[in-house]
Amino acid sequence: MTTQKMSLNVNGQAHQIEADPDMPLLYALRNDLGLNNPHFGCGLAQCGACTVHLDGQPIRSCITPVSAVGGGKVVTLAGLGTPEHPHPLQTAYVEEEVPQCGYCINGWLMTAAAFLRDNKKPTEAQIKEALSGLKCRCGTHMSILRAVKRAAIMMG
Amino acid sequence: MTKHDNPRAFSRRSILKTGGALVVSIGMPIGLDTALAIGEARAQGARPPLTPDQLSSYIAVNADGTVAAYFGKMDMGQGLFVAIGQIVAEELDVPFGRVKVIMGDTATSVNQGGASGSTGIQLGGKQMRVAAAEARRVLVEMAAEKLGVPADQLTVVDGVVQAKDDQAKQASYAELIGGRYFNVQLDWNKQVGNLLYAPGKAQPKPASEHKIVGQPIKREDIAPKVFCQEDFCTDVKVPGMVHARVIRPPVAGATPARIDEGSIKDIPGGRVVHDKGFLAVVADTEWGAIQAMQQLKVDWSDTTPPFPDQAALFDHIRRAPVRHAETEGKETGNVAEAFRTAARVIEAEYEWPFQSHACMGPACAVVEIKDGQATCWSGSQKPHFVRDGTARTLDMPMEKVRAIWKVGPGSYGRNDADDCAADAAVIAQAIGKPVRLQYMREQGTGWDPKGPASIHRARAAIDASGKVVAYEFTSKGFSRIDVQTNGGMPTDTLAGQLLGVPLVVNDGFGVPAESYAFDNKKLSWETIAPLLDRGSPLRSAHLRDPVGPQVHFASESFMDEVAAALNVDPVEFRLRHVKAPRDIAAIKAVAEKAGWVSRPSPRRDQTGNTVSGRGIAYSQRNGTIVAIVAEVDVDRSTGKIFARRFTVAHDCGQMINPDGLTKTIEGNIVQGVSRTLWEEVKFDPKNVTSVDWLTYPILDITETPEVIDVVLINHPELPPSGAGEPSIRPVAAAIANAIFDATGVRIRRVPFSPDRVKAALS
Ligand code: FES
Ligand code: FES
Repeated sequence: MTTQKMSLNVNGQAHQIEADPDMPLLYALRNDLGLNNPHFGCGLAQCGACTVHLDGQPIRSCITPVSAVGGGKVVTLAGLGTPEHPHPLQTAYVEEEVPQCGYCINGWLMTAAAFLRDNKKPTEAQIKEALSGLKCRCGTHMSILRAVKRAAIMMG
Repeated sequence: MTKHDNPRAFSRRSILKTGGALVVSIGMPIGLDTALAIGEARAQGARPPLTPDQLSSYIAVNADGTVAAYFGKMDMGQGLFVAIGQIVAEELDVPFGRVKVIMGDTATSVNQGGASGSTGIQLGGKQMRVAAAEARRVLVEMAAEKLGVPADQLTVVDGVVQAKDDQAKQASYAELIGGRYFNVQLDWNKQVGNLLYAPGKAQPKPASEHKIVGQPIKREDIAPKVFCQEDFCTDVKVPGMVHARVIRPPVAGATPARIDEGSIKDIPGGRVVHDKGFLAVVADTEWGAIQAMQQLKVDWSDTTPPFPDQAALFDHIRRAPVRHAETEGKETGNVAEAFRTAARVIEAEYEWPFQSHACMGPACAVVEIKDGQATCWSGSQKPHFVRDGTARTLDMPMEKVRAIWKVGPGSYGRNDADDCAADAAVIAQAIGKPVRLQYMREQGTGWDPKGPASIHRARAAIDASGKVVAYEFTSKGFSRIDVQTNGGMPTDTLAGQLLGVPLVVNDGFGVPAESYAFDNKKLSWETIAPLLDRGSPLRSAHLRDPVGPQVHFASESFMDEVAAALNVDPVEFRLRHVKAPRDIAAIKAVAEKAGWVSRPSPRRDQTGNTVSGRGIAYSQRNGTIVAIVAEVDVDRSTGKIFARRFTVAHDCGQMINPDGLTKTIEGNIVQGVSRTLWEEVKFDPKNVTSVDWLTYPILDITETPEVIDVVLINHPELPPSGAGEPSIRPVAAAIANAIFDATGVRIRRVPFSPDRVKAALS
């Protein structure tokens, strides 16, 4: 296993890490940078628990080699908003009390954030299509849809 | 009666004296972060022992008047801690916001059973209610002493005890005891776990006086999650910690025969932990551990594949010798005789496959063993049993082990969390360093304990006039406690089994919970031996509403079959035969809300590719009653089912928080639809082959019901019963009955996957 020095731009901050270039970004974020938000759900790009934005697009950090990130800008859920300046989806998630265990929320929030940014006033069918494939084992789907619709209205 | 029964002993003076009745001075706040400090305080004798017979084990008043409620059950994300806070605030007469519920740490709460059987409120809340009532009683007695006013002349408003006729005479809880512990003994029934009950002398309030209980108070645990301010068990880090992965055999039951440790020597910190069937690797980094797991060269013992062909599973169950049989409740009448003389017999058999917890993330645990003390952080819903299991696995005294719960990636029963904690303990002890172990996805789905597969036979005897005179229902399947509901004993964990701990045989299943009255009736079950008795990826255990979905899929489908055979409307049929008044009320409520129009099933008026139908099912569960109407669309050409709309009537006695209750019901319905339409553990003779979300699909958001309409039936005069599981119970039958209504075709095998439905329709 050979390691290499790399720099990462995460939530607006530059970081240096030394790691195997083939290591998925997820482990760099969680272990090298100590960010607790993206989760390991499957490591297979099947669930979304590890979702972050790379240059504004949702990606599955569990299958993205850290070396492929290059100078791209990574934003995690923590970078989406803060209690003082929440993203409308975070506000809506709190209002609708969406999560049960909450392990799935990175996938839904980060995917929906990019979708709502690019699609104003989406229909329910469009929202479902955009979120298709994400997993929530607790079955909070009804609340998720209410929250995304609420956020869509807030984002007008 | 409490054993301590002299309130005079609680004089102000005695409190101030060390060694008196109410000595303790630990600062505030008493939060999880200060739990260690509490442990120290206990060691100094400042806190009464953390035993079930001490009031201080449940309730403490902090110096600022806030209240700590130490809860020995668990909130798995259904808002239970809000409900417990409401119950405690209600009994203590303090504002809800002043109560902090603290749970999941063996250093701060006693074993009330963890999350178990939807008893968080029913049993856990019951204990917290009597403890809080007793705390209020003691505080009023203390105030009586201090103010010189008889206790019956005092009242409590927002945590301030005051004279009814002179509000100037008052003393706050904070003044009376803030920052010190109660030293009051309760009348403990000597049980731990779910059955623990330790009342004091106080009577809880009557429901008519409730102001906080029954309110839709919101959860406070959402914001920390969406703003990433809360750690999950996967985020726990301990200084000096290394990472581990376990390695499971390619053929279930095989053990490592030869291990080439050199094959991972390029990995920093790479080490092998091997003993009998137990095999794990550690490395300095998580990525290193994953690579070590993939790289390690292992030759496995030559083991005969232990499983039948998947296609032969239900034949295996039919033919397997019965290991244990039980008739639950008493047989009514003479069933055999009634069938002998029946004019007509209706019979059917139903099948339910193995299902996986398939939690959102595979289990994770961190174990540190230091200075003769072990600490385990885990997502297990039963941390007190994790402590017991860790102590037994490590051969350490119970009091030297502490288990701390941190939110895990979902929990719906006896999932992989307890196995992971035991594995991590074994590894930590072997290498002498703190260890973080997370399973891989294929282990989370492939190797968690499974919900048991089963078959169910039902028959009804009809007399010449068309009356149902006898009903018989039997389930036969794998035990729901092949491994027990917690990892408290090494025989029930994979680590224990792989290390050769002697096995214990546990038989358990269940019968339909309903109130159908027929002159002759018998409900029974039979269990069979597991397919592989040790270290099996198909070992069976509790999965949300253990065997409830299985049993009631069959029993409530069958009631529908009988109604159809007799050409009676399915709601009408149930109302004729169901006897318990609350059951009848729930069935009527759901039918009314769903706009049910009386007619027999199936509909016969539909042509075209997509046809629709409606179905009803109902069941009880430990005092809770649920009736569901499902409305589905069936695509006849693809076999795809869309479970479009659900109406749910839910009666769990006294309702504590309608908001949390509604969400809990929604989650049950969605998970129930998923298990009904999609979920089946696949396996081949060698091993389980459902190892990810492609091979173990669950419901997608595009298939989520459009509407889940909930009717909450409140009975403030009754004790609260559970809600965490009851509403998943009748989901499968309601869908099956709706499919029959739409198509005239009866699906008797779960899941109703497109292939199976299409085949049944053609
Ligand atoms: S963990 Fe990345 S998609 Fe599942
Ligand atoms: S809230 Fe638990 S997986 Fe979505």
